[in-house]
Amino acid sequence: MLSIVKASGGEVGWPEKLPLLPQPGEMIAGLIFFAIVYWLMKTKIVPRMEQMYAERTAAIEGGMEQAEQAQKEAEQAKSQYEAQLADARAEAARIREDARSQGAQIIAEMRDQAGAESDRIIDSAHKQTEAERQQAQVELRGHVGRLSTDLAGKIVGESLEDETRQRGIVERFLADLEAGDVKPQKVGSADEGA
Amino acid sequence: MSTTLVAAAGSLRGAVPTESFETPGTKDFWWPLIGSDTNSFTFTRPALIWILSCILICWFFLSATKNLQLVPSKRQWLTEQAYGFVRNTMGQDIIGSKNFKPFIPLLLSLFTVILLNNIAGVIPFVQYPTTGRIAFPIVLTAIVYVVYHVTAVRHKGGFGKYLGSLTPPGLPGWLKPIMFVLEFLTYFVIRPLTLALRLFGNMMAGHLMLLVFILGGEYLLLHGDNPFINVSGAFSFLFAILMMFFELLIEFLQAFIFTLLTAIYLADAVSDSH
Repeated sequence: MLSIVKASGGEVGWPEKLPLLPQPGEMIAGLIFFAIVYWLMKTKIVPRMEQMYAERTAAIEGGMEQAEQAQKEAEQAKSQYEAQLADARAEAARIREDARSQGAQIIAEMRDQAGAESDRIIDSAHKQTEAERQQAQVELRGHVGRLSTDLAGKIVGESLEDETRQRGIVERFLADLEAGDVKPQKVGSADEGA
Repeated sequence: MSTTLVAAAGSLRGAVPTESFETPGTKDFWWPLIGSDTNSFTFTRPALIWILSCILICWFFLSATKNLQLVPSKRQWLTEQAYGFVRNTMGQDIIGSKNFKPFIPLLLSLFTVILLNNIAGVIPFVQYPTTGRIAFPIVLTAIVYVVYHVTAVRHKGGFGKYLGSLTPPGLPGWLKPIMFVLEFLTYFVIRPLTLALRLFGNMMAGHLMLLVFILGGEYLLLHGDNPFINVSGAFSFLFAILMMFFELLIEFLQAFIFTLLTAIYLADAVSDSH
């Protein structure tokens, strides 16, 4: 190339030369500065970009992993919650069942209590009636005694008003009556037998 | 094209213009800043643009990747889009996910540097596609050439085996030498030539076309003494603007193609068969 330039002896300058002849100055500038660009690309820019790409890939993959894990956790929590819900439902049913049986038991108990109470009331009523009857009997006995002594006094003409005697006679009579020693007699027949 | 235009203009006027139009050509791509026209090491404007674009790329990527976040900011997102485009579309998809990683820096450097230097053709006040100077595509192609041959020799276990892998296995004996010559030419001559010339040709031709339409339009508009010629000049400008957008597309496409082809050659080099 240089030889061509020298051969032409400076008569034909670069403007007149074929456009296909490269000018050495331009070639040197081109080579040096392209080399600089290449060196920078190789040592700085491409490694930086590749590192960023790798980091981004890692970040995206990491993010996906995290999302997967979160989903798994959510599913776990959901199943746990559902289990708890089922447990709660079962417990509620059990409590309801208990309450029902307890209610039935209470009703039965109450019924028993009521029965006992009514028995007791009836029993006490019976007892009261019995007591009243006995009282009436005692009273009646008193009255009958007095009446009969009065009557006997009037008939005998003897005052039987002496308290102790009076009571003793009536009591003895009533006891004999209850024992069956006194035989019913006609008033006249006793006199006949004596 | 422009010469015919000027000729037509001249015939319309019926006289040769006193201030004749200078056809834009490849000489307009020579733009020295420091040094003479004949010096091989003259510092030229495209070299300056190339240097500035490389510095810009370094600064942009260094500052954008200084504080990378898992959740990207707007600027980081933009950087990631560019990086991901080169890394995945041209690296991983073509070279294969097993072997593409060591080639990311090369592909990324190629794509960004070529793209920015192509687009320099339409950036206002720069307006010079650096890759339209053959020196730059040749440098890039030389690098790619060395890289894919070295990779292939390493991957296939020696230069002899690499040459042997050029012909597909199972070929009839008489066909082998023919195939070998064809494949050898493809790998060692045609691929680098086309790689460099495609980029250079597209960029230079596109820019030359813009020059023709803009300079020609300017000449017709300002120096034409016929209203029809002036209007043609205005249309030429409009067409130049349209072409500018078209150029933008081509500039992106050429950067893409260059990097893509590099990836394809590298994929060939690291492939186990052929």
